[in-house]
Amino acid sequence: MKSLLLALLVASSALSSVLPASAADVSQYVPLPTYRVGPYASSGELWWAGTRDYFRYINEVEGGIDGIKIDYEEFETEWSPDRTVEVYERVKAGKNGSPLAFFFTHGTPATYALLEKAAADKIPLIDPAGGKTESVDGTVFPYAFPLLFSYYSQASTGINYIASKVGGLDKLKGLKIATVYHDSAYGRATQPAVDLLAKTYGFENIQIPVADPNNEQSPQWRQIREAKPDWVFLRTWGVSTVVAIKTAQRFGFPSDKIIGDVWAGSESDVIPAGAAAIGYSALAPYPAGTDFEIHKRLKAEILDKGKSDLRDQKYFGAVNYNVGLVNAALAVEALRTGYAKFGKRPLNGEEGRWAFEHLTVDDARLEKIGFKGLLQPLNITATDHEGGGAARIQSWDGQKWVLQTDWIKADHALLRPLIEQGAQAYAKEHGITPRTPETETN
Amino acid sequence: MSDVEAPAVLDPAIRFTPRVLLAAAGLALLTAAPFLASEYWINAIVVPFLILSLAGLGLNLLTGYAGQMSLGAGAFMMVGAYATFAFQLRVPELPLPLALILAGVIAGATGLVFGIPSTRIKGFYLIVSTLAAQFFFEWLFLKFPWFYNGNSSATISLPGGLSIFGISAENPHGRYFLTLATVALLTILSFNLVRGQTGRNWMAIRDMDTAAAVIGVPIVRSKLEAFAVSSFILGIAGALWAFAYLGSASVQSFGLTRSYQILFIIIIGGLGTIRGAFYGAFFVSLLPLALDWLFQHLLGGQIDAGLLQNIQKAIFGLLIIGFLIREPEGLARLIGWKAAAPIRNPFSRSRTRR
Amino acid sequence: MNMFLETLIGGLLAGTMYSLVAIGFVLIYKASGVFNYAQGSLLLFAALTFVTLTDNGLPAIAAIAITIAILIATAIAIERFLLRPLTNRSPMTLFMATLGLAYVVEGVAQGIMGSQVRAIDLGIEDMPIFIGDILISQFDLTAAAVAITLVAVLALLFNRTRIGIQLRGVADDTRAALSIGIDINRIWQIVWAAAGLVGLVAGLLWGARQGVQFSLSLVVLKALPVLIIGGFTSIPGAIVGGLIVGAGESLAETYIGPFLGGGITPWFAYALALVFLFIRPAGLFGERQIERV
Repeated sequence: MKSLLLALLVASSALSSVLPASAADVSQYVPLPTYRVGPYASSGELWWAGTRDYFRYINEVEGGIDGIKIDYEEFETEWSPDRTVEVYERVKAGKNGSPLAFFFTHGTPATYALLEKAAADKIPLIDPAGGKTESVDGTVFPYAFPLLFSYYSQASTGINYIASKVGGLDKLKGLKIATVYHDSAYGRATQPAVDLLAKTYGFENIQIPVADPNNEQSPQWRQIREAKPDWVFLRTWGVSTVVAIKTAQRFGFPSDKIIGDVWAGSESDVIPAGAAAIGYSALAPYPAGTDFEIHKRLKAEILDKGKSDLRDQKYFGAVNYNVGLVNAALAVEALRTGYAKFGKRPLNGEEGRWAFEHLTVDDARLEKIGFKGLLQPLNITATDHEGGGAARIQSWDGQKWVLQTDWIKADHALLRPLIEQGAQAYAKEHGITPRTPETETN
Repeated sequence: MSDVEAPAVLDPAIRFTPRVLLAAAGLALLTAAPFLASEYWINAIVVPFLILSLAGLGLNLLTGYAGQMSLGAGAFMMVGAYATFAFQLRVPELPLPLALILAGVIAGATGLVFGIPSTRIKGFYLIVSTLAAQFFFEWLFLKFPWFYNGNSSATISLPGGLSIFGISAENPHGRYFLTLATVALLTILSFNLVRGQTGRNWMAIRDMDTAAAVIGVPIVRSKLEAFAVSSFILGIAGALWAFAYLGSASVQSFGLTRSYQILFIIIIGGLGTIRGAFYGAFFVSLLPLALDWLFQHLLGGQIDAGLLQNIQKAIFGLLIIGFLIREPEGLARLIGWKAAAPIRNPFSRSRTRR
Repeated sequence: MNMFLETLIGGLLAGTMYSLVAIGFVLIYKASGVFNYAQGSLLLFAALTFVTLTDNGLPAIAAIAITIAILIATAIAIERFLLRPLTNRSPMTLFMATLGLAYVVEGVAQGIMGSQVRAIDLGIEDMPIFIGDILISQFDLTAAAVAITLVAVLALLFNRTRIGIQLRGVADDTRAALSIGIDINRIWQIVWAAAGLVGLVAGLLWGARQGVQFSLSLVVLKALPVLIIGGFTSIPGAIVGGLIVGAGESLAETYIGPFLGGGITPWFAYALALVFLFIRPAGLFGERQIERV
């Protein structure tokens, strides 16, 4: 036991000697807080595989981003915000001479926990389809990027899809729409938006919480059976989604009237539910499938050459794998934007913010990088840190996700005041003077 | 009953000059530490290590000294953090140290309430009471917006930042010294407590409660005292964890895994010793980092990351079992500078059935 | 009234799922006085092993046989490397050791077999059936039947076989059992293997409900209140405790939940257990008197 202690001491002192920099290396450091163990590992495993495969593809096939390689490194967090904070502290100074251009939080609670630290350290927090919704307003939250699809947009796109199903927004009047949500800040994040939408369109808004991890939801679904809603918006995470879909079937609620949000719409959520999940739909800012151009490239260059991080290739193209791909692509495109402006060298946090705030991914770009249909066109600005706000809808047919629609936009005009209101309140509470991007020089 | 102890055992610190020297050297090192170590080491390792030590200390008073099992350490830390937040938000005139103490008192009162079942039941049945606290507070602080001031992310962070009598401690050194001072004060307090009548009562109850009752130890009062004092310390540790380490916290920061972590700290460090909490926290905070580093450098790239993380988890479990089997008195025994024989530890005592 | 009945029946049936988990604890507690926190992890391990085997093309029967063999080997290893070195330690030490064991089992199981969610299809239809207006879940009915069968089998095992009688001897008085030459280590191995089997059954049923993944190991938290209410040493107690927790939770979420904002199930079972602890510390069916102060 003593020798073990000694080893530990040696290791810990060695740890401190890893940090020194060598300026010769010009790779961009990208740390990845991951969760390969713990309750959410089943989503995580594929996610990091997608991210790693794409980074590897960029490094080995494309020779880096304009010649600069990505130096990625994983840190286990078990989806615990505390451990993500620790990882952040470990990496925020950068590594091997590369400063930190941005930090993926890989989870909404971790983003919440880091929001103020990162703003003080001037390091952009990247949390696509997650994060704090108000931080879409980049004037108050310069260093938070809830890219792609904020929680308000999720609510709005969901409602827009229901409207398209029932024959128009005016037909929503009098409908009952129940939201079954994970009882946490993350789960409640859509509530203000749904509230507003219910008032605007005149549907009845029923909110039903399920506590984490909740593997027994009969009371909740019995409540739904009593209330007889027309549609259910499912905002669960992890095992509670599977249980919800199964319990819905048990209580005779039709699966094609349930719409899951982003984080309730992966293979891990439907495969264990078996036949009960057939017909279940979900919002897909990250559509599933292997028919996209990038998958052909990855298959040829990474998978077939045995370089993939996937343990089982049958998950190639799964939702969570594609989450990893898209997020990695967002990082790569932002860095590309930054290198074009600041020169070909690793970026720091402030430069990283500039890069993300000038990230534009149009159709031509999507074609070029092979993400057409997989990633929505994006235009991020200093005032809009979301940039997209659309999702496709996909349904589970028992074997695979089938895309039902093209990109459905959220109602940004309606939601924006709500976001600004929230951001202003935050600014007031924390004594932040919102910046005025129009007057900024760069 | 009052003069049972031999004074020599009571305060070995004064008798063994090498220890005094060591302590002085340690103190000097601690004061100089933030100027020697990098910001990363202070923020990500030293400060959480100190806070975890404090939490371990709190739990050790209850579990190690008074022999009451608890799986609810996280709950009492949570109460302390949320109470501090409430004081700082709603009574901004109250200086931070006072708010911390009051939050500790509230946590202590909470601990006392959840300790009431201990007056009727014993042993690990108590984990039910403490687990009830764990789940109840996780629910409570998430359910009612009042506790987090209606913030949309349901997280709490100090409105004015960390500041002591108007001086901002919102920097690595400030956080470090605030933590260090708090930990030092509470450690001294605990030392005195366990060496005094209270501590002797606790140990008497732990070792043989019937006998303790016979010689006139007030069982109910002592047990409740243990719960209250332990939760007081845990509460302050929780507030530090939230505001001096994380900066902002949510109920997830004090979940069940936190409670286990604190329990592991005292198992590994040594049940029923003050310094055990520090050894245990040292071990628990550095082991994952060390394993991480070792694996990445020895095996990096050869086995996949998922397997790596799971192996680490298994190793952690094995170490716990190993400690319980080989060294039930934990690291405190291994790294003992103790001259006097340790007080017999209940956890190495033979189990009596029936 | 219908709503009440439906909630009650649904809760009772869901409760048998908790009982299934709790039985594994009772077996081990009875024979070795250990509150085995790792039971949840063993349950995950058993179900994961089974799924991994069937996913690789093995027929279900063969997969079950191999899983059982692995569980027996695991039980022997646990007895040899954990229980035996810790003989005569306090129940708390043993409890903490099983916490460590849980980490080991989870790490090894997911390390080898991956953390992807797997589906189990037991072929149980899960369409609702109606008795009058009252909705009843077929799946839960099946689970209840399995639980009852399991209890019957265990009862036979305890009362009719030589090993069963030795086992009861150990549970009743360890020292006396030792003195008449019962091999207690052997008994422990058997009991842990049996608990593993019960874990397999529970794991398959829970797995069919929510998929085989890490969260399966968390059902251990549901079992503890069941044990407190039913008593740690009684299998019928585990069944009744499960029913009470299931029905209590279900009724509370429906009738009390709305006043408190809902989502109260995680702590409600514990509050219920606390109440029982005050009224009847040994549990409804507990034989051994819990030491009271």
